Amino acid sequence: MSKNIEFVKFDKVDKSYDGKVLVVKDLNLDIAEGEFITMLGPSGSGKTTCLMMLAGFETPTNGEIYLDSNPISNIPPHKRGIGMVFQNYALFPHMTVYENLAFPLKVRKIQKDEIDKKVDKALSMVSLSGFESRMPAQLSGGQQQRVAVARALVFDPAVVLMDEPLGALDKNLRESMQYEIKHIHENIGVTVVYVTHDQGEALTMSNRIAVFNDGKVQQLSSPDKLYEEPVNSFVAEFIGENNTFGGEVIDISKGVCKVKLNNGEILANPISVNAKGDKTTVSIRPERALINPKDKMDNNQKGKIEEVIYHGDHTRLRINLLGNKEFILKVPNSSNELDLKLGNEINVGWNSQDARALDPK
Amino acid sequence: MSSETKQILTTDGIPLEISLKKAERKNKIKAFLLVAPLLLFLIITYIFPIGEMFTRSIDDKMITNMLPKTFKSMETWDGKELPPEEVFASFLSDFKILVDKKEHGKLAQRLNKEKNGFTTITKKLFRQVKRNKIDETQSIKEQIMKVHKRWRNLEYWQAIKRTAPPYTSAKYLKAMDMYLNEDNKITQVSEDRRIHRILWLRTVEVAFFVTVFCFLMGYPIAHLLATLPMKYSNLLMICVLLPFWTSLLVRTASWMILLQQQGVVNDFFVMIGLVADDNRPEMMYNKVGTYVAMTQILLPFMVLPLYSVMKTISPSLMRAGKSLGGTPFVAFWKVYFPLTIPGIGAGCLLVFILAIGYYITPALVGGASGTLISNQIAYHMKSTLDWSFASAMGLMLLSGVLVIYWIYNKLVGVDNIKLG
Repeated sequence: MSKNIEFVKFDKVDKSYDGKVLVVKDLNLDIAEGEFITMLGPSGSGKTTCLMMLAGFETPTNGEIYLDSNPISNIPPHKRGIGMVFQNYALFPHMTVYENLAFPLKVRKIQKDEIDKKVDKALSMVSLSGFESRMPAQLSGGQQQRVAVARALVFDPAVVLMDEPLGALDKNLRESMQYEIKHIHENIGVTVVYVTHDQGEALTMSNRIAVFNDGKVQQLSSPDKLYEEPVNSFVAEFIGENNTFGGEVIDISKGVCKVKLNNGEILANPISVNAKGDKTTVSIRPERALINPKDKMDNNQKGKIEEVIYHGDHTRLRINLLGNKEFILKVPNSSNELDLKLGNEINVGWNSQDARALDPK
Repeated sequence: MSSETKQILTTDGIPLEISLKKAERKNKIKAFLLVAPLLLFLIITYIFPIGEMFTRSIDDKMITNMLPKTFKSMETWDGKELPPEEVFASFLSDFKILVDKKEHGKLAQRLNKEKNGFTTITKKLFRQVKRNKIDETQSIKEQIMKVHKRWRNLEYWQAIKRTAPPYTSAKYLKAMDMYLNEDNKITQVSEDRRIHRILWLRTVEVAFFVTVFCFLMGYPIAHLLATLPMKYSNLLMICVLLPFWTSLLVRTASWMILLQQQGVVNDFFVMIGLVADDNRPEMMYNKVGTYVAMTQILLPFMVLPLYSVMKTISPSLMRAGKSLGGTPFVAFWKVYFPLTIPGIGAGCLLVFILAIGYYITPALVGGASGTLISNQIAYHMKSTLDWSFASAMGLMLLSGVLVIYWIYNKLVGVDNIKLG
């Protein structure tokens, strides 16, 4: 059986709450069956609205959403068969864990012994067997989270939506839950649409990430591509750390361009500039710029160390480079022979390939 | 480590526990002083009056003090036939003292309550005593029995004996339309005189239906209040609270204007042709008026606890219910409704308790068929001045409320009440 690559399809979807502002603008998004896709974006970017439209709690102002090729805009939420994990878990506080999990099965009029089996299976999947008779309030945050996940999966939905489900957990728990959810997804192959504003979470868990800003998908690609090859300066800025230079293209040829900054010139990789005179923002990942590079690099600049911050496994340097006082470098802890003192002048080099000339900010 | 068996000492060598108590004593005293005025206030305005009410309702000491010798001598009398000479003698001596103090009227009144006919024969006896007609050297029994034939009737002497105990349950029995008969048996009064039981039943009925109506109307309002955006919900909240800011009397009076036969509501019904002009329905001075006015007045007491509970229910719970496959009704019934039970409990309890003792509104719009037990209490307080009877009924009302509270606690659990 071939997998439907348009299992969930947003087709030219617009959404406005007040008739004045579009929260989601002309959204086109295809989600393949069995895929783990993350909608990532700052708050107010429209990602949760998209999720709510898919769940059926909001209706698109314009356009249509298809689930397995069927338009679903007119289907009420309870008939869509989409599981959902809510931000605050939304466990029913007056029901035990068992009753919470049995709820979607009971409303589907499934036999009692069948329900027992499914609840058992779902609970063992999230390693909470034996917690059936507990009330949600007697569980820790992480356990509640797992019950919520189990409840969203127990009735074998085709799609599971997760709306910032790990937002309320502490850092360590969040990380372990990320892996847990990822493994559950890998094991049962359900389609997951995940919403978060935490880029680390998005990068670890997803097959593909849709970066939202201003009601639009800025980039939709795999986590590595998103990080390595952002297509615009918003994505570059939003995902990971980023050093930028604003300037103007003064020379452009195949694969390389020269950008004139306020005080200096650098070589860059033209991504969204096509002609001389274009304004651009050049983006370089901190780990791609090296101090005193051994190999030859086509950008070499001198900078003054403004700040040294010790981070354990690496040291962060803030350098004044070509007028940018916020240029960040990450120095791995292994290279301790370097003389990283405040005020020292150092050589910084990077390849023009890693300096992406994107749209101006 | 068995650290708990070993006593921990502070650096000064005082046991830690004692030191802690010492350190906290000041705070405890401070805390107590803060609540002391309230405690005092409660004792003075609440515990005392209730105690006073109780003693008054069962108090029957007056006659016990009036006829001390009589009751003393009656102790040995079995009550099967007329009492011996000794009883008559002590009764006469008690009576003479009363005549001197001009208190014989009170005695007649009290005895008449026990059995009809005492007023006449006491008066007759009084005249004889006044004229010194009774010769104490002769048989007093014979002379008294000659005063009136009722003094020869065993039943009257039995009635006197029944008043001997300083305490009586008569008021409580009366409130239930019952009395102690000659054989000290609890008996119902004749059917045409049973008024209190009807009032009790009506009070409970009115309170129950007012609670039901308040719930039916208050639940959607509270839900709307809890889910609407702030700017609308504030306005709605003001509408709910507006009756609170108006005097109870004014509100009741405005209901009278609305509901009377020539009133606004009736005019409207006639105008839209719902009823004929010469056949206007009576909506006041009966139970309808009581229901309408009391429901409106008590509605905020239902809405506010419900609102405070509903406000805490996350909207995502209903969404979760729906996304898991429950129809909107199932999601409401299985998820939302059970979570509002603490509010329902608090609201219903509050409204019921307030309604069961409601006074002004039924008095004004209730008419004859809409008066409640509270009106009866007021009547005995103000008109008949039978305070002990009013106290007895008040206490019965209070214990009824306590019983309801107890039942509620068994059913729902008082911990589950949420008032705000």
